[in-house]
Amino acid sequence: MNGTMTATGTAAVTLQVALVAAGAPLLAGLMRQVRALLEGRVGPGVTQPWRDLRKLLRKEAVTPAGTGPAFRLGPLVLVATTAVVAALVPLASTATPVSGGADLILVVALLALGTVALALAGLDTGTAFGGMGASREMTVAALVEPTILLAVFALSIPAGSTNLSAIVSGGIHDPVRLASPAGLLSTAALAVAVLAETGRLPVDNPATHLELTMVHEAMVLEYAGPDLALVELGSQMRLTVLLGLLASLSAPWGIATTASPAALVLALVLLAVKVALLGAALAAAEVFWAKLRLFRVPELLAGSFLLALLAVTASYFLTGE
Amino acid sequence: MTDSVYTQLLDLACGAFLLAAVVVLWLRQLSSIVQVFALQGVALAAVAALLGLHEDRLGLLAVAAGIGLLRAGALPRLMLRALTAGTPHRSHPHYEEDVSESRETRPLVNVAASLLSAALLTLLAYAVSRPLVELHSTPATRALPVGLAVVLIGFFTLVTRRRALAQVVGFLLLDNGITVTAFLAASGVPLIVELGVSFDVLLAVLVLQILTTRMRAAFGGTGIDDLRELRD
Repeated sequence: MNGTMTATGTAAVTLQVALVAAGAPLLAGLMRQVRALLEGRVGPGVTQPWRDLRKLLRKEAVTPAGTGPAFRLGPLVLVATTAVVAALVPLASTATPVSGGADLILVVALLALGTVALALAGLDTGTAFGGMGASREMTVAALVEPTILLAVFALSIPAGSTNLSAIVSGGIHDPVRLASPAGLLSTAALAVAVLAETGRLPVDNPATHLELTMVHEAMVLEYAGPDLALVELGSQMRLTVLLGLLASLSAPWGIATTASPAALVLALVLLAVKVALLGAALAAAEVFWAKLRLFRVPELLAGSFLLALLAVTASYFLTGE
Repeated sequence: MTDSVYTQLLDLACGAFLLAAVVVLWLRQLSSIVQVFALQGVALAAVAALLGLHEDRLGLLAVAAGIGLLRAGALPRLMLRALTAGTPHRSHPHYEEDVSESRETRPLVNVAASLLSAALLTLLAYAVSRPLVELHSTPATRALPVGLAVVLIGFFTLVTRRRALAQVVGFLLLDNGITVTAFLAASGVPLIVELGVSFDVLLAVLVLQILTTRMRAAFGGTGIDDLRELRD
C-alpha cells in the first residue's frame, strides 16, 4: 500500500513537472493564437513557441564581452527554480512525497530567487537597458511578493497551515471557503499579483520592444541562442505554474487527493484544461486592455495588496474562532 | 434560511460593502466613483434585508427597501446630474491636459498611499471594535468592524479629495458606515430616526448640489482649494 502510494506520488510529481515544461510553450502559443484570432489575424499556430525554442537551441551560444557568471547562470536558475516550484505546488495531486515541503513561504522565496537571478543577469551586462529593466523588475517584484504571500495567507487561515497541499485539500472538502469574502478577495488579489509577476498586460507588455515601456524584455535583451531559449522557456513556465496555482487555489475540483492512478490522470487532464481556459481568457482580456503607465503600476499593486490584506482581516475576524 | 447560509450571505454583503468603500479611493473618474457608491447602497440594503429576514421583522425589510431606493437610486442620480451639468461640451477635440471636472486629478494624498492608509484604517477599526465584539459575539456583531472601517475611510476620503463631488461621496460613505454600524450593532434604529436621517442626507446632497453649481458659476470649477475666505 505504502509502496504504491509512493510510486503514484513520484509519478504525480514527475508528470506535473513534465506537463508544465512541455505545456508552457504550448500555452504561450495558445494565448498568442487567441489574441491573433481576436485581432483578425491568422496567427502562427499553437506550436510556434516550440519551433522558436528549437531554432534558438540550435544556434551557437554567444555571451557579450565582459559578462560574468551572473549572466550565464541567470537563465539556468530561472528554469531550475520554476521547475522546483512546479514539483512542489499541488497542481495535480496533493498526495506526493514532496507535498510536506510545499510551504507557501518556500514557494514564494523560490519565485523571488528566479526573479532576482534574472535581474542580476540584466545588471551584469552593464548596458543601460539591462540596468533599467532590472530596476523596474525589482520595483514590481518588491510589491508583488508580499501580495502573493498575504493572499495565500488569507486562504491558509481556515486551513490552519501554510502548506499549499493542506490549503488545496481543505478547499476541496469544504467548498464554502472558496465563496466566502476572504476567498473571493484573495483570488482577486492573487490574480493581479500573477499578472504582475509574469509580466503580462496591464503591468508589462510581453510583445513590446519599445525601450520606454519594456520591463522584462529590457533585462533579457542581451541574451541569444540557447540562453535566450532558456529565458523564454523559464518565463513561459512561470506563467503556467502561477496560472496553475491560481486554478488550484480558486477552483481545486478534480485535484487528486488519493494515490489512485485514475484520479491522477483525470487531474492532469483537468489541470491542462483549467490552465488553457485561464490562459485563453487572459489573452482575450488583454486585447481590450492598455498597458498602465509605469508610475501607475504601484497604484494597481497597492490596490491588490489592500485586497489581500482585507482578505486576511476578513478571514480572521468575520468567520470568528 | 439556515444559520450558516445567513452568516455566509451577511459576510458577503459586508465584504462587498467594505470593498466598495475601498474602490472609491482607488478610482479617479468621478462618474465611476458614483456608480461604486450606488453598489455600496445595494450592499447596505442587503445587510438590512438579511437582518430583517433573520429576525422576522417586516419593518426592517421596509427600511431596507427605502434605503435601497434612496442610496442606490436617488442619491447617485442626483450626483450624476450635478456632474453632467458642469461638463462643458468640447468644440475642438484636440490633445490637451485633462482639466475637466470629471476626474479627481490630484488628491492631496496619492492613490497608492491612500490605499495603504485604508488598509491601516481597517486594521485600526478591527482593533478598536475588539471589546465591542467580545461583549456579544454573533455573526452580525463580528462584522461590526466593517462599519467602523467604512466610517474611517469615508472620513479619509472627505479630507483628502479636492473635487466637491468626491467630498460629497466621502460624506455619504461616512453616513453609510454609521448606518451599517447601527444595523449590525442594534438591528437598526427606530423607524422615525431612520426616516429623519435619510431625509437629512437627501437634503444635504441637494444643498451640496446647489453649492457645486454656485461654485462652478463663481470659480469655473469645483476645486475646494479656491474656497479661501468666509463671507456672510
